Amino acid sequence: MSAPTSPVTPSGSADPSVETEPVMPTVRASQTARTILSSPRLRVGAPATAAAVLLLIAPSTFDGYGIGLLSKALALGVLAVSVVVLAGFAGLPSVGQAAPFMVGAYTAGIMGQHGHGIGVVQLVCGAGAAAGFAAVTGLVVIRTRELAFLMTTLAVGELAVAVAGQWHSLTGGTDGMYGIPPVRPVPGTALLDSDKSVYWYVLAATVVVVAVAWRVLRSPVGKLLLACRDHEARMRSAGHPVTLYQWLAYVAAGALAGFGGVLMCTVNEYVSPADGSFANSALVLLAVVLGGATSPLGALLGAGLIVATRDWLSGPFPGHGPLLLGLMFIIAVYALPNGVAGVKVRLPRRPGGSA
Amino acid sequence: MGALNAHLVPAVDGVAYGLLLYVAAAGLTLLFGIGGVLNIAHGTLFALGGYLAATVSDGSWSSALLGLAVAVVGGTLGGAVLAVGTAPLVERGELPQALLTFGLALVGGDILSTVYGGDEHPVVVPHAVNGTVHFFGHVYPTYRLMFIVIAAVLAVAGTLVLGRTRVGALLRATADDRAMVGAMGYAPWRVHAALCAAAGALAGLAGGLGAPIIGPGPDTADKVLMLSMVVIVLGGPGSVLGAFVAAVAVGEIETLGVSISSDWAPYLLFGMMAAALIVRALRGGLGGVGIAMPGKARA
Repeated sequence: MSAPTSPVTPSGSADPSVETEPVMPTVRASQTARTILSSPRLRVGAPATAAAVLLLIAPSTFDGYGIGLLSKALALGVLAVSVVVLAGFAGLPSVGQAAPFMVGAYTAGIMGQHGHGIGVVQLVCGAGAAAGFAAVTGLVVIRTRELAFLMTTLAVGELAVAVAGQWHSLTGGTDGMYGIPPVRPVPGTALLDSDKSVYWYVLAATVVVVAVAWRVLRSPVGKLLLACRDHEARMRSAGHPVTLYQWLAYVAAGALAGFGGVLMCTVNEYVSPADGSFANSALVLLAVVLGGATSPLGALLGAGLIVATRDWLSGPFPGHGPLLLGLMFIIAVYALPNGVAGVKVRLPRRPGGSA
Repeated sequence: MGALNAHLVPAVDGVAYGLLLYVAAAGLTLLFGIGGVLNIAHGTLFALGGYLAATVSDGSWSSALLGLAVAVVGGTLGGAVLAVGTAPLVERGELPQALLTFGLALVGGDILSTVYGGDEHPVVVPHAVNGTVHFFGHVYPTYRLMFIVIAAVLAVAGTLVLGRTRVGALLRATADDRAMVGAMGYAPWRVHAALCAAAGALAGLAGGLGAPIIGPGPDTADKVLMLSMVVIVLGGPGSVLGAFVAAVAVGEIETLGVSISSDWAPYLLFGMMAAALIVRALRGGLGGVGIAMPGKARA
């Protein structure tokens, strides 16, 4: 997996000096080879192609457990993409992003238990509920910066988990909701009652939503967010409603997280307050750090790596998944400064003049 | 009077619980308010102190003191690990440091659960305070009364150190303007290391002292981290008096509140927290971190 060298530009542009430099015919071949090897198209393309091939052949090669893990990784990956929107582009590294994820999952769980088992409807409602949650909490969260932002998002996340654990009549309390029935993707289709069918459904939904997110982030919307992240004061002076942009990004990221939560509920057929735990929020931050702050695809790959480490690689050491994950965190923080730097808060130290 | 009487024991329990939370939150708020590190491993250090004290204590005074000393040393060493780990990350902002502390918390939690297993470890308090005392016709554990006294002494001592001594002045100056403190000749890395060690020592001490109240077990780290965080959010980051009031309030909710209405107490806790967040957001507060001493207005 390639560590992105310039996390700020989402697409990354080829180094122009390589193309314009006059090259001797004798060295052209090696030069061309080097250009191809260092081209962003390949750096992004190779892991992406490998991942795509793996995703396509997985159902025929893996057992049920492996397929289930891949489905979970995809659902967690959607949550990680929401962190890319929020942390990478808007410069707001929430440590409570699992909360809207949990809201989406509970929405799907409650709908499923009340006989509303159409997958697409669940996805829309779950994303909507999570967006509503983010819209309300965002009013508080967006006003804080830096350490206070970490603290506030952590507090909001823990609050949501605590409410989910207490509200027995709606959520089943800390035991969670069991036996959520399988869904039909759209009316008239077959029930998703096997690991494979669930996997294809989750894969399709993930591809669609990540493609939409990717397209929006590559549009001027993404550029606006990056500009607000890096030059907040200048953007304000230019008349841009920066706080409104950031709030909208927070709501959109909430909707994405909720979408991922619905998928997770479909995979697990179980929802509990643990879905919204700080551990989940931190895991997807790690996924984003691993994948490069502004790369949705990298975030998906990072999520896959984390689920593989936690649930599969730890097989020989039962119960020691946290140890491996912890070491992964420690190594990532030191070894991938670019990944972390891309997520770091770049806003003014004190909101004295701007916020 | 009857109702008041029935709730006297939980109310006193709430004071003990609140003071424990105050001591526990002190280490977190020290590192958060002054050092700029959101220490996710704080609860793990508390649990470490508790486990160490539980292992050493056998019911004698000397073992209890030894257990406390071991807990403090363990916490300090944990703080030293934090200091070494976060020092290269200081320039890179808050998030890498918070992520590192989470990594350390995962590793530390795994080591603790491997060494001590998944059960709660009961702590043997010294025989002399293992009994109960009678007051106003109620029976109350002696240790908790003693704990209230010790924690109150600790709280007063900490406030005096922070407010009246040179070290305290240096800490408050660091919270306000780290660069200026560096220019005055205090090496920033030394201040950072001292803060981490002190925060670790406080967490270990709280874990050792509080082990008979919040016993060391698999859930201890998360619970203590969360309640300490609630205390900081409610009290206002960096406010000594605010943290004290918030800690006792949270302690009362967790004990008196539960005994009065077990259904609503958790909502009360988090409702208060939500209200505090909203009020601060409306006032535009919560942005700055620092240390506010009781009775002194902050610029």
